[in-house]
Formats: sequence, C-alpha cells, structure tokens
Amino acid sequence: MKNHEDHISSYTLNLKVLLILLILTTISILAVKMHLGTFTVTLALIIASVKVTVVLTYFMHLKFENLLLRLMVGGVFLLFAIVIVITFIDYYFR
Amino acid sequence: MSTTEHSEYIDSETGKLGMWLFLFTELFLFGGLFIVYAVMRSKYSEDFHHAALELNAFIGATNTVVLLVSSMTVAMSLTAIQKNQSGKAVGLIFITLLLAGIFMVNKYFEWGHKIGLHLYPGSDVMKTLPHGEIMFFGLYFMMTGLHLLHVIIGGILLTIVMLRLRSGKINYEHYLLHENGALYWHLVDLIWIFLFPLLYLIT
Repeated sequence: MKNHEDHISSYTLNLKVLLILLILTTISILAVKMHLGTFTVTLALIIASVKVTVVLTYFMHLKFENLLLRLMVGGVFLLFAIVIVITFIDYYFR
Repeated sequence: MSTTEHSEYIDSETGKLGMWLFLFTELFLFGGLFIVYAVMRSKYSEDFHHAALELNAFIGATNTVVLLVSSMTVAMSLTAIQKNQSGKAVGLIFITLLLAGIFMVNKYFEWGHKIGLHLYPGSDVMKTLPHGEIMFFGLYFMMTGLHLLHVIIGGILLTIVMLRLRSGKINYEHYLLHENGALYWHLVDLIWIFLFPLLYLIT
C-alpha cells in the first residue's frame, strides 16, 4: 500500500534548512565570545530552541504532517517545560 | 482447502505515529538528564563554569556541524526514495553513515583526552575536585555517553535501511522504515543541538 500522497521536500529546501541551521550555530558560538554575561545562556538556549523548531518543522516534516501530530509534539514540549518549572519551584522553596 | 494469500497491509500513517510516540519517550529520557543539569548548574554555577573550561568547544562545534549536515543528508535520502531514485537514496544514507563515523571518531579523541588526564567519573583526580565540578563531569560523560549510544543505534538502524534500499525492500511505494529511521536520526541531532550549548558554550 503506497503511502498516501506524501509531500516531498525538495533537495533545495533541505539545503536551505541546513544553511539556516549553520548560520544559527555560528551566531550562538559568536555570542559566547561577546561576553554577555548571564544573558549568554538564555541567548544560547533561545537559538537552540529555534534550531530544534527548524529541524522538527522541516527535516522531521512536521510542517507537512497532520494537525494531531503537531499538537502532540507541541504538547510534549509544553509538558517538559512545565516539569522543569515545577522542579525549580520545588527546589527553590525548600 | 484453498490457501489465502497473505496480503501485507502497511498503515504508514499509524506506523509513523508509533515512531513519534517512541521519540517522545526518548525526549523524556534526555529531558530528565537536562533537568538534573539545570538544577545542578543553578546550584553550582561557578564550578560548572570552571569545569566547562576543560571542554574543547572546537570539537563540540565540529560535531554539531557534522550532525547538522548528516540530518540534511538523511532528509535528502528520503526525498530521493520518494522520487524513486533509490541509487541516490543509498548514496545519501552512506554519506550520513560516514558523518556518523566522523562524529564517533571525534568523540573518541575527546573522551580519550579527558581520560588521559584522569578526568573520568570515579578517578583519583575527580575525587579531588570540588563537588560542583564532579557533578559537571558526571553529567558530561552521562549525557554525551547516552547520546553516543543513540548515535550508534541510529547508525545500525540506517545501515539496515540502506541494505533494504539496495535489495528493493524499501522503495518509493513502501518506505516507512526509511522514514522512521530518518526520524530517529533527527532526534539524535535534536538532542545534540541542546547538548552543545549547555556543555560547551558556558561562560
């Protein structure tokens, strides 16, 4: 049984996505050299989150998948964020 | 008595969903370690900063680039098989595996250097370090080690995909295993995208 009409990502699209990822990586490395103090971590994590979103959306094809899957992935990350927040709330108020 | 021909019914949508469910468990496996890292880092920020100086950001960055490119090549191999270009698909998976090999070689040198300096969990040198630094190195070896294990598993999985592409068991009509193998490899890349700044780019 053939996979139903799957969207096919072009080779060019994949290449463009890689270039974006490499640019973001370069920015995060340069950001460290700029000595932004404590903000560096936040910036590095923000850039990492953008990279993860790009990989999920294009390489892992979520942009072209059905809504259920996208909601589930979003839900998992939201759940993880909640767990981290609760962990820190617990930890800091001990 | 007539024999019924067994027709293979492959529900690729559900098969893919099943793979995603498994990926969610992997995300929480590493997520748990990230939570430990977050708490320990907030508790021992000075020690973490100091211990991180031992890490080679250049190797880390190289490995990041290697994995990002490998993510592209495996995505391209999927494009290829969807376009019925199985030769290209095999070639692109082969390149992905080469990049995985480069990653493993880098890791070998990186860990080898640390172990040579007697910087590994439980070593004589490790016992003399401040508690926060012991935490950092413990997390470093645990997280990169678990990640390396996933690189190896991903490599084995993609090798199987490559062999099945060559035998025609995976083709432009049936490529669920290929798709799922690629998803697993992207997960390996995702984890490293977070590991890299947290371990190598601490100021």
